[in-house]
Amino acid sequence: MSGKLFVSGDEAVALAVRQTKPHVIAAYPITPQTIVVERLSDFVEDGSLESQYLYVESEHSAMCACLGASAIGARTFTATSSQGLLYMVEGLHYASGSRFPIVMMNANRSLAAPWSIYNDQRDSLSELECGWIQLYAENAQEAYDTILQAYRIAEDPKVMLPVMVNLDGFVLTHTYELIQTAEQEKVDAYIPYRDFCNKLDLDQPKATCITAGPPYNMEFRYQQHQATLCAAETIREADREFGEKFGRSYGGLVETYRCEDAEAILVTLGSVAGTVRCVVDAYREAGKKVGLLKIRCMRPFPAKEAAAALKGAKAVGVLEKDVSFGFEGVVHTNVNSALKEWNVTVPTANYVGGLGGRSISKEDIGGIFDALLSGNLNGSEAAFVNLRRDICGA
Amino acid sequence: MALNAKTITNQELFYGHKACPGCGAALAIRLALKVLGERTIVVIPPNCMSTVGYIYPHMPVFVNSVIPPFAGTAAVMSGVLAGAEAQGLKDYHVVGFAGDGGTADIGLQALSGMIDRNDRAIFICYDNEAYMNTGVQKSGLTPYGMKTTNTPAGKRIHGSQSSKKRMFEIVAAHGIPYAATASVGYPEDFLAKVEKAMNTDGTSYIHVMAPCPTGWGTESDVTVDIGKEAVDCGLWYLAEYEGGEFKLNRDPKEFASAEAYLKAQSRFSALDETDFARILQERDDAWARMRRDWKK
Repeated sequence: MSGKLFVSGDEAVALAVRQTKPHVIAAYPITPQTIVVERLSDFVEDGSLESQYLYVESEHSAMCACLGASAIGARTFTATSSQGLLYMVEGLHYASGSRFPIVMMNANRSLAAPWSIYNDQRDSLSELECGWIQLYAENAQEAYDTILQAYRIAEDPKVMLPVMVNLDGFVLTHTYELIQTAEQEKVDAYIPYRDFCNKLDLDQPKATCITAGPPYNMEFRYQQHQATLCAAETIREADREFGEKFGRSYGGLVETYRCEDAEAILVTLGSVAGTVRCVVDAYREAGKKVGLLKIRCMRPFPAKEAAAALKGAKAVGVLEKDVSFGFEGVVHTNVNSALKEWNVTVPTANYVGGLGGRSISKEDIGGIFDALLSGNLNGSEAAFVNLRRDICGA
Repeated sequence: MALNAKTITNQELFYGHKACPGCGAALAIRLALKVLGERTIVVIPPNCMSTVGYIYPHMPVFVNSVIPPFAGTAAVMSGVLAGAEAQGLKDYHVVGFAGDGGTADIGLQALSGMIDRNDRAIFICYDNEAYMNTGVQKSGLTPYGMKTTNTPAGKRIHGSQSSKKRMFEIVAAHGIPYAATASVGYPEDFLAKVEKAMNTDGTSYIHVMAPCPTGWGTESDVTVDIGKEAVDCGLWYLAEYEGGEFKLNRDPKEFASAEAYLKAQSRFSALDETDFARILQERDDAWARMRRDWKK
C-alpha cells in the first residue's frame, strides 16, 4: 500500500482516511470537498475500507451522525467545506463540549454572500471558538500526514477533542502532487484503536451531552479549556513521533523557515506558505534577511512558539485569507495577543489577501517583504492585498 | 404473550424525574422503556423530557442516553447505530423520543434521512401538540383553535389558525417498514406497537398522543382519560402502516362528543360555534378519507 502516488489533495485525504480505518463515515457533498467522499465511497464499495458509510441528508446530520457514533466509542470521519461547515456549527460545539474525538477535513472555501466556491479561510477561521483543534496543511503530503496525526491527537486520553484538518479549496484539494504514502502496519501502530473513557456502555449506562446548570457548567468548560491547552503538547509529540516513524515532520504547532536572523518575518497558514517559502528563498539569495512563520495549528494557539520565532525580527507581517469585518484579520489579532503575552515588542502589519479565490502571487508577497524591510508599514489598518481599487471605490 | 398491566415488567427505567404531575410524555417514555429494556440507547433532543431527565448530576433515565442537537435526533440515532454495528455490539435497541416540534418541525429533515436509509431504529414522537418546554408555543402539530403563548386566543383570533400536519402519513409516504399512531389513553395498544417496532427490521415510527396537563389546561389526574377521549371523539386515531398498507386499528361506529373533549381543556376555551363546526368538519373529512383509503 505504501509508495509514491500522484494525487490531488482531496485524494490524499481519502487515502489517509482509508488507512485510519474509521468505523463510521458520515458526509454530505459540497464543492470542493466532494472528491473525498467520492473516493471513500469507492473504497467502501471495493472492500478496501470496512466502514459504515452513512448517506446523510445534510451537513447538520453528518455531524450529528458522527456525534452519535463517537458517543458509542466509534472512530469517525466526516468532511465538509464553507456553508456546510457553518450548517454543522451547532454540532461542532456538541462534539468539543462532550469530548468526542471526531476528525473532520474542511476544504477552506469562501462564504456567501456573495457566493463563491473558491478558496479563502473565512469558514474555519470564523469557528475558532467552537472548541475544535484546528490544523492547516500546506500541501497534499502534509494533508495526508496531518489526517494520520489528527487521530493520534484527537483520541489521546489527555485530549479527547475533535480535530479539523483544513486544506485550501482547489489550491490544495484539486491540485495534483506526488505524495509518499505510509505502510499500513506502521499506521496501525501509530494510531491503534482506543477505548474512549466517556463512551456509552450497554453494561454501565451513561448519559452524554447532558445539561449542566450554573453550579457545574463552568467546571465542564474549565476542563475543556485545559484539555485544549494540553493538546499542544500532544500535537508536538504526535508530530515528533510521526517524524520518527514516517520520516516527515512539520514542527508541531508551527514551522519556522529561515527565521533565525530574519529582519522581516511573514506569518501565514495553509497553502500560501508554500509561495512565501519560495519568495523567502529568492530574497535570501539576494541577501535580504526574511523568514516565514507557518502556523500549522490555530487552536490551541501556539502563542509561545510564535513569540519565540518573532522576537528577533524588526517587522512582522501577518498574511491571511479572512477578515473580521470592522476590525482586522483574526490571525493578526491572535499573533499580536501572543506577542503581548510574551512581552515581545515588534511592529506588525496585517495583510488580508486571497478572499473569494483571489490569487496571491510571489510578487504580492515580495511587495509585503519590501514594505516590512523598509519599515514602511501600513499603520493600524489591515491592507487588502491585490485589491482592484478602481472598481470598489478604495 | 400480549403486553398488559399483568404481563409487563415492574422494572422502572425512567423514574425520579422532575416532569409535571400527570405528564403524558413521561408516561409514554416510561412505558416504552419497559418494553425495550435496559439494553436501550435513547436519544432525546432538547425538550421537556431531556430537561427533566438529564440535569447534571441528577440522571433519572437508567439507560444509555444522548441529548442530540434539536434538529438532529434521527441523525444521532443513525450514528449510534452505525457505531454500535461497526464495533459488533449485539442485542440492543436505539430509540428516539422527540416531541411534536422535534419531529414534525425542526427534526423532520433528519427523520426523513433516517427513514431513507432504513436504519434499524425506533423514532417515537410524543405529541403534546405544542412546544411545551419553552412555555407552550405553536408547533406544526398544534391543532386548529388551540391557545398557545404565541397563538393567543382573543376576540379577533381564536388561537392557532392551522391544523395538524399529517405526520403519520408523511412518514408512511417514505415507504417506512413500520409506522403507527397511538395514545397514552390506550396503553396496551401502545405497548404492542412498541414491541412491533422493536422487532421491525428497519426504521419504525410511533406517533403517540401524550396529553400535557400544563399546556392543555387539564387536571393532572385525567391525562390517561383525555388521551383516550381524543381517540374516542375522533380527533385522534389509532392506525398502522406496515408492508405498504394502512390499517385503522379502531373504527368507532359513533364518536364520543368532540365538543365535550374540547371544552374540558382550557386551551380551547376561546372556541365558538363556528370553530367547533370547522373542527368537526375536518374530523369527518379525515375519517371519510381514512375509511375510504385505509380499509380493505
